[in-house]
Amino acid sequence: MAYETVIYAVAEGVATLTLNRPDVLNAFNQQLTDEIQDVLKKVERDEAARCLVITGGGRAFSAGEDLKSHAGEEQRSLADSLRNRYNPIIRKLAALNKPVLGAINGVAAGAGFSLALACDLRIASDKASFLQAFVNIGLVPDSGSSFFLPRLVGYAKAAELCMLGEKIGAEEALRLGIVNKLVAHDDLMSATTEWASRLANGPTLALGLIKRALHLGTTGSLDEVLDYEVYGQEIAGHSADYDEGTAAFMAKRKPQFTGK
Amino acid sequence: MQSQDYKLILTAQEGAVATITLNRPDKLNALNMALMDEIVAALEGMEADDSVRAVILTGAGTRAFAAGADIGEMAEASVIEMVQRNQFAKWERIRRFSKPLIAAVNGFALGGGNELVMHCDIVVAGETAQFGQPEVNIGVMPGAGGTQRLTRAVGKMLAMEVVLAGRLLTAQEALSFGLVNRVVPVEAVMLEAQRLAKEIASKSPLAVRMAKEAVLRSFDTTIEGGLEFERRNFYLLFASEDKREGMSAFLEKRKPQFKGK
Repeated sequence: MAYETVIYAVAEGVATLTLNRPDVLNAFNQQLTDEIQDVLKKVERDEAARCLVITGGGRAFSAGEDLKSHAGEEQRSLADSLRNRYNPIIRKLAALNKPVLGAINGVAAGAGFSLALACDLRIASDKASFLQAFVNIGLVPDSGSSFFLPRLVGYAKAAELCMLGEKIGAEEALRLGIVNKLVAHDDLMSATTEWASRLANGPTLALGLIKRALHLGTTGSLDEVLDYEVYGQEIAGHSADYDEGTAAFMAKRKPQFTGK
Repeated sequence: MQSQDYKLILTAQEGAVATITLNRPDKLNALNMALMDEIVAALEGMEADDSVRAVILTGAGTRAFAAGADIGEMAEASVIEMVQRNQFAKWERIRRFSKPLIAAVNGFALGGGNELVMHCDIVVAGETAQFGQPEVNIGVMPGAGGTQRLTRAVGKMLAMEVVLAGRLLTAQEALSFGLVNRVVPVEAVMLEAQRLAKEIASKSPLAVRMAKEAVLRSFDTTIEGGLEFERRNFYLLFASEDKREGMSAFLEKRKPQFKGK
């Protein structure tokens, strides 16, 4: 599949997905969501990809659904659009056994905000902004925002963002814990590369297990999580990276993880 | 058929636990006739082998346990051919397998794959496993017990949705509806299945066998008939050396050494 609305590249363990419809602020049309789905399948299967970075080309991360691309269509089913286009992306990101890092370069609105929230970690440029735009056109948050947001910022703040529909800046997003790190716009790519490269050189198997356990930690009971940690430790304890990690620790050197 | 003749399955044994791995990963372990023959041959060998006390059935790879029957083999088949193939004799043989059968499921268990899972006694599922009977999608319906065993496992309403609408169940759903025993991380499925199999293999094989028989009997008898069957098996075990050993060990606070006699 030759991509037209995204740029996808894998280098030194880092897979980078750049949303690439800059003239419409990377709004999601059918082709863009199709291509994201296709990229995520590749990332899932490609052993050389040990970390995924998602960012936007141009001045936006993503403005969300491309409403203009539907002009003139009759009786469009929003439900089908979510089931077939957005939800598979959000599910895949959550299930992906590799860390996902969002590099939020500009506005993240609507489903664009949701996509950012579905990443495991987020670094924002000082030009980033976040908007739960749904309510402003009479809709409800979708693509996972109603799940991720209250867990990140608490119920009341989530309600404020989703019900009042006001844009917040990068500073505020940092203060609320929506992003992990805030950097000057020109430093976004170097800061992203630094974390991405650390993640890509990490013990990928363990990172995938950490991600799944943390997800369960937000939804499951203590008993479920304790059981899950047992399985996780049993699996990780059989990995080559565990052997390498302990050997490096004993020898007081840096571990060379292979992700296996 | 000797184990070295198997082309579509792998077999292994560790201690008293034997494993059969469906090994057509490029076909999502689709169940063609030759594969079914090999599964049955392997089970017959393991049934006759006293050193085997529990069997794990799994699929190669993490994408599928078994994605169903091999549709290529059925696309052109007539009614008469299907009858002559008599595939169901093989399924019947699996149903009659007397030792504990544990399914270790990763990925898809669809159609015949799900029916094979339901022939097992205990099911360990990876968290990305999916279960379904999507035969209606290709103009047929379940034929290896799907309508009967799924209904008994999850109840009528959900079974109808799975069978009529082709709905796939996630591992978590399958767990909540009683179709699987536990859901674990993908990489832990075999570890967990082996742990369970070892646990069962440490019991008296005679008692395990009779208990399995009695549980299965509950599906096709009245409560009276079932209780009578249970009682008979219960009394029968009092004639075994394993019963003497098990109870002595309990009283003497030591681990029992069962011989299956």
